[in-house]
This record gives sequence, structure tokens and C-alpha cells, in this order.
Amino acid sequence: MANVISLDSILGVGELKAPAEAPPAAASGCASSSCGSSDGPADMAPEVWEKVKNHPCYSEEAHHYFARMHVAVAPACNIQCNYCNRKYDCSNESRPGVVSEKLTPDQALRKIMAVAKEIPQLSVIGIAGPGDSLAAGGKNTFKTFEMLAKKAPDLKLCLSTNGLALPDHVDTIANYNIDHVTITINMVDPEVGQHIYPWIFHDHKRWTGLDAAKILHERQMLGLEMLTSRGILVKVNSVMIPGINDEHLMDVNKAVKSRGAFLHNIMPLISDPAHGTHFGLTGQRGPTAQELKVLQDQCEGGAKLMRHCRQCRADAVGLLGEDRGSEFTIDQIEAMGEVEYDQEAARTYREHVEGERAGRHAAKAAAQADVAETIGTDVQPILIAVATKGGERINEHFGHAKEFQIYEVGPKGAKFVGHRRVDQYCEGGSGDEDALGGVLSAINDCTAVFVAKIGGCPSQNLKDAGIEPVDRFAFEYIEESALTYFKDYAERLGQGAINAREGQDAVIRTGAFTALRA
Amino acid sequence: MAYKIKASDCTACGACEAECPNNAISFKKGAYAINADLCTECKGQFSSPQCASVCPADCCVPA
Repeated sequence: MANVISLDSILGVGELKAPAEAPPAAASGCASSSCGSSDGPADMAPEVWEKVKNHPCYSEEAHHYFARMHVAVAPACNIQCNYCNRKYDCSNESRPGVVSEKLTPDQALRKIMAVAKEIPQLSVIGIAGPGDSLAAGGKNTFKTFEMLAKKAPDLKLCLSTNGLALPDHVDTIANYNIDHVTITINMVDPEVGQHIYPWIFHDHKRWTGLDAAKILHERQMLGLEMLTSRGILVKVNSVMIPGINDEHLMDVNKAVKSRGAFLHNIMPLISDPAHGTHFGLTGQRGPTAQELKVLQDQCEGGAKLMRHCRQCRADAVGLLGEDRGSEFTIDQIEAMGEVEYDQEAARTYREHVEGERAGRHAAKAAAQADVAETIGTDVQPILIAVATKGGERINEHFGHAKEFQIYEVGPKGAKFVGHRRVDQYCEGGSGDEDALGGVLSAINDCTAVFVAKIGGCPSQNLKDAGIEPVDRFAFEYIEESALTYFKDYAERLGQGAINAREGQDAVIRTGAFTALRA
Repeated sequence: MAYKIKASDCTACGACEAECPNNAISFKKGAYAINADLCTECKGQFSSPQCASVCPADCCVPA
């Protein structure tokens, strides 16, 4: 198991760094919404923080530390979406609705036990399909959760649904202590919906056109209200489809916020003729990186936005941004024999993260205050791409990165605003020029790229493209490094030594991973 | 008077099995199949055959 991330390697360079200073006694007195003690951010109720702090999909911070696992026990679906083709499976694809193996609830339980043993960061078990978790009566979904709650009560349960069958199952969801539910809501107007959903199956009948979109919309809103009134956290996923629902998603954001949704996750459409989807075949394009970011920025102030979604497969395993599903196939799990659930390693890890968190909040606040003091508010924020394998540190080589996390840093502070998938530039020791071109277009709107290490050749190519490669913060924390860089950047800008990089856009990478071709 | 499943198009999602009012559909040897003796085409039960209405691959067809 050479690929297993050890606690040390995820946290840094072998030794655990002590927090720079003692954590503040309480979250009060801190102006930033992202700031706070381990009691949670100032703008979040303590009971909500308790639910989300170890959930990588519900907390941006947690996604640096915790892993999730989807078990593909729900292949049936009750609606057809124009961005989905259920006949298609590909092991190289990373997108929702795709799996390599469908599991029975028994197989799912065995797989969860095997993964929990290998990955102590595992905190969440989700059921996201590959169809709809609540279609076909939700039988496999609830059977799996029932067995899991007995065997591993400390794992969080969550599910993802299109919402059509949701109102019928809210009581069951509450009874199983599933306190995170994701609903995919792409519209709040059937006129828009009819261009996204060709049909739904509801009340023993197939509905099409406006009727279908109207029923789906009403069921989604009803289900959302029923869940939030019971205190269950709801994340709303929306697929951004340029020309169809892009501007409309601002209305969706308002509508779901008013009904109590906790998070809104706007994702780019993944569209390729090779996927055989309706949109793929009609040439419907997905948004560019800047189109997505502009829409997300416009929705700020409404329902809280999630920007760290990796649109993972319905059988993904690991930290967001990685997928170790191929290490845990049915055959491999059968070969492992009976695996007992061990809570100890996971508990040790969670305690460690708690300690780490307390120091992190204090250090971030100090770095932010320093920048706010020394730099005027007239310097425009910049984007920085970061090569990381977790733990909020710059700890990945440029050539090994399969994605870059994007941070926006300015006088008001540094925040995570997204990620960009890329093909690994370096495989087996040598660089791949095609992959390098892909990386450049994926982070073309960034001013700098932070890496643990980078070779001379790609370094020069980045400089030529106007992106500064930075390795002087290797293994340091991302946000503090970004703020230190920004301070220096603002000074250089003020002296006229450099020019601001403006008006650039980047390409969202959606195809199969070439890194897996070998 | 029965429906069948075109195995070549079937994704084995099981949506049809869950909807069949006659328990005529089962999973056998890696694919779903309709027992023609039990299938009523949902006549007198629903306005349309449930398996064909829910199938994402449109592979439930008259035998």
C-alpha cells in the first residue's frame, strides 16, 4: 500500500509543526467570516459546525483534511437529464454518474470496512448513485445505511438526490440520522427546466416537457423545505449550462437560500460528444473558468457557495481531488477477507486535526491583519494556483499535480475559490509537453503558481506565459504564504517592477485522465 | 401479451424491477429478465407498462 497517505505526509514534511502561537480563547472579536477558533467560524451556529467540520463536501476547511467515500449501490434513476447518459461507463472518467462496479449493500459494507482500515481520514460515507439514491424506493440506500450505522456509528452518512422522490423519504432520512442531503436543483422555472430534463417517472407515469419540469420543481422545493424544517443540512448542487440556466442560477440561489439550504454548489457542465449525452451530442458547451467564477461571485451574499467540489464519481474514494477507488475493487476486497472496523486510528487522526485547526486559525488571522495594515485597499486581488496534496500546505511537486487549488488573495485576505484539474505534467521522470500546455491553459488566469518543487524547463515556460512559478514557500501553509506573496507583489507593483495580469481566462478540464492511460 | 428486455441495451440498473406490479422481473445471470407468464403489460393496473416508462435505456419492449 505505497499509495496510502500517512498522517505525516498529509500534514507536511515528516514532522508535525507546532502551531505558531496559542489559539484565541474564543471566536469573538474576529471580523473575518472564515476566521474563528475550533469552535467554528463566527457566522455558523455551533451545532451546525459540529455537523460539518469533518465533512469534506460541506466544509471547505475540512476538505483539506478529511476523505469521503461513495458507494455505488443505487444504479436506478427516475429522471433523465440532458447531461447524463446512463449507458456509458468509463474507468478513466471522473464525473458524477460514472462507476466501475455496482455494489450490493453487503458488498458496500465490506468495501467501507476495507477503506476505513486503510484511510483514517475517512469521515463520510455517501450514496450518490450512480442513478438516484432514492429511486426504486431507496431500498439499497437505506439497507446500506442501516447496516453501516450498526457497524461504524462514527461515520457520517449522506446522500445525494435529484429530489423527485425526496418528499416520500424525509422521515426515513431523519430516522437514519442522515444529516447531510444534497439535492441537484438546476432550475426554479419549468420553462428553463424543460430544456434540461426530457422526462421524469413519477406516480407510475412518464412525464415530459413542461409537465415534467413543473412536477420536478415542486417536488424539489417541497423536499428541501421538509428537510430544513427538520434541521437536516441541505447542499444544493446546480449544473451551470451556458445559455440555458447560467443567469437563472442566481434565482435558484435566492430560492434555495430562502428555503434554508446550507450550501449552494454551482458546478460547470461536463460535456463531450464521447460521453454520449444529449448535451454532448448537440455541442452544448460548458462554461470557462472565469464564467463560472463570475457567476459564483455574483451569488455571494445569497446562499453560501461551495467552490471546492470535484464533481466526483459515484464510487469515488479518498480526499477530494484524489480517487483511490481502483485500490478497492470487489475482487481486492474479497481477497482481504473479514476486516474488523477499528475506530482508533480515525479517532487519533481527528484529534490531531482538532489541534492543528486551533493553531491554523490564529496564524491566518495574524497574516491577514499584517497585510491589511501594510497594503492599501486599492490593489486588485490576484489568483494563485497551488500544488497541494492536502493539509492546507504547499506540498506537491508541479509535475505531480493532478489538480491545482485556486486561491484569491487581496487586501481583504486569502480565500479558496476553486480548483482546476490537469493532466500530470511529469510521468516516470520526464515532462510531457502536451500536458504542460494543458496546465498553462487551466491556470492561465493566475498570477503565480505555488509548488513544493519545479523543474527548470516548465519553470521557464510558466514565466514565458506570464505566470510566476514560486517554490520558496515549499511545505508552508497556503494562506499565509499567499498573503506574504501578495504583500511582496503589491510592493513590486507599486514600484513599477511588474504589471498586473488582467483579463485572462482559463479552460475547465473535463475529459478522461491521461495519467491513467498507462 | 408480455414485455421483454433487450439485454444488449440493458444497463442492469434495476429500475424496472422496483416498478413492476407483478414481480415479473428478476436479475438472472448478469441481466434483468421478464417472466412472460407473470407479465400483464400492466393492463388494468396502470396507464402504461411501468418497466418501459421508467427504463432509462428504453429497452423494455413488447415481446
